[in-house]
Amino acid sequence: MSKKDERSRDLKMYIAGFIGAVTLTTLSFLTAILQPVGSAFCFTLLAVLAVLQLIVHLRFFLHIDLSRQKSEELQLILFTGLIITIMIAGTVWLLGNLMMRMM
Amino acid sequence: MTSKTTPKSHPGLNLGPSHGKAHEDAEPIVFGFWIFLMSDLVTFAMFFAVYATSIHATAGGPGNADIINVTSIAIQTAMLLISSLLFGIASVLMKHRSSKRTVIYWLLGSLAFGLCFLGLEIHDFLDLAQKGAVPMRSSYLSAYWALVSLHGIHVSVGALMIMVVCTQIGLFGFTDDVKTRVLRLGLYWHFLDIVWIGIFSVVYLPGLFL
Repeated sequence: MSKKDERSRDLKMYIAGFIGAVTLTTLSFLTAILQPVGSAFCFTLLAVLAVLQLIVHLRFFLHIDLSRQKSEELQLILFTGLIITIMIAGTVWLLGNLMMRMM
Repeated sequence: MTSKTTPKSHPGLNLGPSHGKAHEDAEPIVFGFWIFLMSDLVTFAMFFAVYATSIHATAGGPGNADIINVTSIAIQTAMLLISSLLFGIASVLMKHRSSKRTVIYWLLGSLAFGLCFLGLEIHDFLDLAQKGAVPMRSSYLSAYWALVSLHGIHVSVGALMIMVVCTQIGLFGFTDDVKTRVLRLGLYWHFLDIVWIGIFSVVYLPGLFL
C-alpha cells in the first residue's frame, strides 16, 4: 500500500466517523423534537442512539476495535463500564428509593 | 502490505513504525493517558448519577424543561463534532508528514470551533443566570451546573492545550515528544465528544418530552 493510499484511508476513517456521528445526532434531535412515538419509547430510542454514537466515536475517532492484537484498552473500557454501571445503578436505586420514602 | 500486519498498539491514531522512536514511546505513554481518561469517565459518570437522582428536586424553581435552548444545543453539538473532525485531520496530516504550518492551521481550525462551543455555552449559562436558574436555586440546578460546567471546564483546558501544542510545534517542530503530545490531546478532545453525547442525550433532549 502506498503512502498516499494510507493517508486517504486514515482520513476516510475520520470522515466516516464524522458522517456517522452527525447522522446519529440528527436522529437524536429529531426524535426529541418531533416525538414520533410515546415518551417512554422516545427515551429508549434516545438511549439506543446514544450507545450507537458512542460506538461510532470509539471505533472511528479513538480507533478502538475488536480485532486488535493488544486488547488492554478494550478490557479497560469494559472494566470502566462495569464500575460505572454498578455506581450509577447503585446511586440511582438507593437515592431514588430514599426519595420515594420521603415523599 | 506491511502496514496492515503492523499491530495497532494504542488507542487513537497510531503513528506507525516509520516514525521510529516516537511510535515506540507512544505506546506506554498513550496507554497511561488512556487510564487517566477512563478514570475521568468514572468522575463524569458520578456527576451524571447525581444529576439523575436530583431531576425532581427543583424546589419549585426552574426544571429540566425550562433550561433547554434546543437550537443552541444543536449548534454546540455541531461545533464539537466539527472541531473533533478537524483535530483528526490535523493528526493524520502530522502522521503523514505534512508541513508544520499545515498541521497548525488545522489545529487552529479545531480550536476555533472549540471556542465557539465555549462561547455558546457561556452565553447559555448567562441566560440561565438571568432567568434566576442559578446553582444556588435548587438541588436540581446545582447538579445541572456541576455536570455541564465540568464538561465546559474540560473543553477550556483542551482549548488551552491546543494553543500550547501549536506553540510547541512552531517552536520545536515535530520532535518525538511533541508528536505523542498531539496524539494524547487528540484522545482527550475526542473523549470530550463522548461525554457530550451523554449530556445532550441525558440532560437536554429528554427535557423536551418528559
